Amino acid sequence: MDTKVDTAAGEKIKIQVKDLNFYYGKFHALKHINLEIPERKVTAFIGPSGCGKSTLLRTFNRMFELYPEQRAEGQILVDGQDVLTTKTDVSLIRAKIGMVFQKPTPFPMSIYDNIAFGVRLFETLPRVEMDERVEWALKKAALWNEVKDKLQQSGSSLSGGQQQRLCIARGIAIKLEVLLLDEPCSALDPISTGKIEELIHELKADYTVMIVTHNMQQAARCSDYTAYMYLGDLVEFGPTSELFMKPKKKDTEDYITGRFG
Amino acid sequence: MSDKHMSTQFDAELAGISGRVLEMGGLVESQVSRAVKALTDFNGEMADDVLAQEDRVNQLEVEIDRDLSAIIARRQPTARDLRLLIAVSKTIANLERVGDEAARIARTVQRLINTGVSTRLRLPVADLGFEAELAIAQLRKALDAFARLDTARALEVLKQDDQIDQEFDGLMRKLITYMMEDPRTISSSIDLVFVAKAIERVGDHGKNLAEAIIYVVKGTDVRHSSLADVENVVR
Repeated sequence: MDTKVDTAAGEKIKIQVKDLNFYYGKFHALKHINLEIPERKVTAFIGPSGCGKSTLLRTFNRMFELYPEQRAEGQILVDGQDVLTTKTDVSLIRAKIGMVFQKPTPFPMSIYDNIAFGVRLFETLPRVEMDERVEWALKKAALWNEVKDKLQQSGSSLSGGQQQRLCIARGIAIKLEVLLLDEPCSALDPISTGKIEELIHELKADYTVMIVTHNMQQAARCSDYTAYMYLGDLVEFGPTSELFMKPKKKDTEDYITGRFG
Repeated sequence: MSDKHMSTQFDAELAGISGRVLEMGGLVESQVSRAVKALTDFNGEMADDVLAQEDRVNQLEVEIDRDLSAIIARRQPTARDLRLLIAVSKTIANLERVGDEAARIARTVQRLINTGVSTRLRLPVADLGFEAELAIAQLRKALDAFARLDTARALEVLKQDDQIDQEFDGLMRKLITYMMEDPRTISSSIDLVFVAKAIERVGDHGKNLAEAIIYVVKGTDVRHSSLADVENVVR
């Protein structure tokens, strides 16, 4: 189906999804998705389990390619370049389009090296510049004040919420442009969740953020646009305030008001 | 709302709050009709009764407001549910003011009786009775539309508001004639001007209720819109 959002004038489109279909073997998991993601905005994906929201998120940086049975058809244009067919190395795509997962995934190394590791893959920086980069990324991820005195401690010594921000900092450090968050708060307590949400709000000044969440209130709180998906279809996509106040489709309304099923 | 939430408790809470809005509506509706009857019959006791009911109306308003806050805090309603709760909040404020208008009329009756005005002055109280019938019918229709979330009926309320306004204008002309013909009626005629205005406001509150109902169902704020625009929304 064709779902074009009425973005406000002057908003640039960062990612265009055109007739995207996705298959897990024979199972048709995403059906003819058309979508335009505005730049430097937060776009949330909501829907019941199995609706395809995480699958869709995983197509943006070709994360699905790790599994041979999975394939995507259609186009995903990031700044006009199709990430599905480009000859660009997939690690370069993921450097531009980073992902944070449901469970924090710190590397088994120091906080400092968690950040520096990714940077070293792409750049060779003198020590001083690397220090600056690490500090900059940790500050951007609102973690610097909590870890500045223990940069040599293990990343896994941090709390769950701090680890999640460390993972975000790791992405920021390699100067990504798009941040994909797959249920980033589902393993966190309300305080840590609040900090991540605050961070998401700050990150959108520089990055295009997409978040998959089971928590509708979280989508309502921290996104500018929301997409509601069901059984592989994109049912409705629009400004978050409209979708939660006056959804256009009855299916969307039934889901967000808890009349589903 | 025919379709149910997964949480039956949430359904019960919403049904409970709607039920109490209707209870409050029924109460203020009877307040208005009794206040007007007290006027047409010059019945001081009935006026006292109307004033005695104010406490119950105020208490209902406070209770419903408290429950509204609790539902919003606990359920974080969205879309139609959220619109319903916002509309309930506005509706009870309007109903409370209807109660105030009834009390205003009742106090006027007490004052007229205390100052020795009697039926012998032959004031046009029957005309006020007619205006009140129109206003009460509007209020009742609006409450009925609220109970069923019936936008067609809400639209009827909006369309008929003009009638009360015309009746009010007619009453003004009549009272001015009374005052010119017999200056002894000036003081009590002015009292009746205020009563007529109070009744006209009851009609306005009914209109506000009707607009809130359209907002709940259609999601469009139709306040300050032309009738033609509202008809387009409801259709």
